[in-house]
Amino acid sequence: MAADIQAGLELVLDPTTLLVVVLAGIFGLFIGALPGMTATLAAALLIPFTFFLDPVPAIASIITMSAMAIFAGDVPGALLRIPGTPSSAAYTEDAFRMTQDGKGPVALGVSLVASVLGGLFGSVVLIFVAPVLGEFALRFTSYEYFWVAVLGLTAAVIISRGSQIKGGIALMLGLLISTIGLDVSIGYPRFTFGESELYRGVDFIPAMIGLFGVSEVLRNATSPIHLGPVPKVSSRGSIRESLRTVWRYKHRVGSGSVIGGAVGSLPGAGADIAAWVSYAVTKNTSRNAHLFGRGKGHPEPIAGAAAANNAGLGSAFIPTLAFGIPGDTITAILIGVLLVKGVTPGPQLFTMNTDMLYAIYIVFIVANLLLLPLGFLLIRASSLVLQVPRATLLAIIVAISIVGSFAINNGYLEITIMLLMGVLGFLLERAKIPLAPVVLGIVLGPIVERNFIQSVIKTNWDLGQFFTRPISAGLIVLTAILLFAPPVIATLKRRMRD
Amino acid sequence: MARSTALAGNGSGTRSRPWARTVAAVGVAGLVLAACGGEDGDGEGSSDGDGGTAGAGSGGDCDLAADYPSGPIEMIVPWAAGGGTDSVARLVGEQLSTALDTQVNVVNRTGGSGVVGHQAIADAEPDGQTLGLITVEIGMMHHQGLTDLTHEDLSPIAQVNFDPAGLTVAADAPWDDAQALLDHIEANPGTLTASGTGQGGIWHVALIGMLLEAGLEPDAVTFVPSDGAAPALQELVAGGIDLSPSSLGENYTMLEAGRVKALAAMAAEGDPNFPDVPPLAEETGIEFEMGAWRGVAGPAGLDENIVAEVECHLEGIVQGEEYASFMADSRLGVQWRNAEEFAQFMAEDDAAKGEIMERAGLAQ
Repeated sequence: MAADIQAGLELVLDPTTLLVVVLAGIFGLFIGALPGMTATLAAALLIPFTFFLDPVPAIASIITMSAMAIFAGDVPGALLRIPGTPSSAAYTEDAFRMTQDGKGPVALGVSLVASVLGGLFGSVVLIFVAPVLGEFALRFTSYEYFWVAVLGLTAAVIISRGSQIKGGIALMLGLLISTIGLDVSIGYPRFTFGESELYRGVDFIPAMIGLFGVSEVLRNATSPIHLGPVPKVSSRGSIRESLRTVWRYKHRVGSGSVIGGAVGSLPGAGADIAAWVSYAVTKNTSRNAHLFGRGKGHPEPIAGAAAANNAGLGSAFIPTLAFGIPGDTITAILIGVLLVKGVTPGPQLFTMNTDMLYAIYIVFIVANLLLLPLGFLLIRASSLVLQVPRATLLAIIVAISIVGSFAINNGYLEITIMLLMGVLGFLLERAKIPLAPVVLGIVLGPIVERNFIQSVIKTNWDLGQFFTRPISAGLIVLTAILLFAPPVIATLKRRMRD
Repeated sequence: MARSTALAGNGSGTRSRPWARTVAAVGVAGLVLAACGGEDGDGEGSSDGDGGTAGAGSGGDCDLAADYPSGPIEMIVPWAAGGGTDSVARLVGEQLSTALDTQVNVVNRTGGSGVVGHQAIADAEPDGQTLGLITVEIGMMHHQGLTDLTHEDLSPIAQVNFDPAGLTVAADAPWDDAQALLDHIEANPGTLTASGTGQGGIWHVALIGMLLEAGLEPDAVTFVPSDGAAPALQELVAGGIDLSPSSLGENYTMLEAGRVKALAAMAAEGDPNFPDVPPLAEETGIEFEMGAWRGVAGPAGLDENIVAEVECHLEGIVQGEEYASFMADSRLGVQWRNAEEFAQFMAEDDAAKGEIMERAGLAQ
């Protein structure tokens, strides 16, 4: 184990890797801070660059970038009342009111320090829980993988924002798209119209670049976001006050971290859900609850929820690494990058690629430590970042999207897929249909199908095997519990509003 | 729309790809400031018509084709980056680049069980500027009815690798040698399951070939299609299947971890990377040899001088020390066949697999 840690350290502390980590971090802060541009978009845009990197810097860039983007989303939330990423939405009201009261730097400082602490906690949870689950997952056969994937599909719909029917429609669309190409089991061509280029099907990476990148460009082109004047931030003396405030609410940072660690590890539930749950818990247990989200705002829920969303990010990697089943869109992208780099996520990772595994752990720690200085820089430079001309930025996004899609397989099919998915994403957003379930459908569809077909071939269509194996039964129970999650979350949200 | 774009991709891909590569390289230089400056300068310069300097620096004895190469060479790989075929292509490409004194760009064209990439190699201009690392699937996919493409649409240059099929079972399986396993299969046909590739993939065909040679029915073992050797190995460890006919190299981490055991390798000499594992014939008397192979080829109609020049360089590479140590580290088998032997081998291999697939009902 000590040898693994050393090998991992050598992989991470390579100058190229460190440079990539810093640059990806700055990129993440930048994109995350721009309203409407999510961490998923940033990750999708990063993919083409990862093709030119070794596996460890490639993975490190995505991990660092997403950790930064989750925090950076707080900045426009505090300054303009527009959360930069959905994960910041829970406490935008408090942060914005504090800014109006002249305490903007403190709100952001608290959020930053809590984010770093929460992120470190999430990393520790990942380091200790993932190998246990990975060892357990070595006992999984196609039946268990089938149920884990079904659990992921269920979560994709249940936890999607807004109407669950619309989430279901999005998922079905994704599953339908995933059937294009040679079928995963016996190699029969489906929806290929005799065209061998279509045999490879719809790669989810260009699909994702289109869904999140191009659709965002289209949305901006048709209804531009007009940001009001950006308030100037003077951070003089705010560091000390931020640290004092975090110390005062250290138990909130602690509970937020634990909530984030637990919620994030559920497949389908990511950083944003973690932040909402933590906000609700803080609100229900605090003496100051009557001050939250009104008047001058209050830093207490910020401390909890900011810790929760960054903690959730680390623990979301647990199912990803242990089962190879993505928990959210960012981990789906990460799986894509890992596969391109010849690393198969799943239990084999814990026996075959242990130096890679330890490198991933170390990257998480490094990324969260790096967030502290870079985050403070962002707070200082926030007004500059928010005034970047959007038209230029959108043009760059289109360029990266096209080059990136081509680079996936050096083919033009992927560019077509990317553009079509961009239009699809734009139309779906118009109809308020969430995009994440589409991506999870494309990713999980083949997994569900392959494991189902393998299972029935193995037993000659004895379907009883799906239900009678103990681990399968446990996963079925988990799926059932998940079905009851929406009423619980709805209740939490309602309580928070009161 | 998708259809016409895809067609255009086949026709004009070769010419415009270096351009897009350059754009991508410039993009990277933008984000990753490290050390890319020099490279993208090179890319720009060599992307078009600097054929004048071609061939000047090629290694002395092998310079058999005049004016070759006339610019950077594209090496198409029909499988994903990071896999075994890709890593062989990258090593061969790097050394070929030094030998030919030109840039060799490895380009992955994946999908359709290898159809897409092999098709791209066959469709390229036969000027030697586009080569490819072809794999065993070229002799299998046309039997399955996936494509009309065969080895006759290519100009073979050299075979560089061969990995025999193995017989791997879980560490706690009751069989200690291949004969015991075959006896069990004979006594209980249809009860054991195996996995290692997709339906009609190389390890599926190897398994059926072995069963037929042993006088058993092709479906005496139920084959479960998988997404490659690694997921099948996971199923083997978890008890979901009973055996994997994939190459021993693909299973070596689990072999070393003691979670699985290897009973045989399907080659007369066994697998040179696994000297402790007996050849199939040793226990069972079944003289059956089948495995996965890789080789370098270009589109049909390649000038014979170009074939001779690349073949000559490849011989030096494959018999070199660096190649040997890389292949041993990756548990891949080194196998040299020159252009003529390679062409003959592909024809025989194609016929052998066709017969097995026909008898197993896998052929269309």
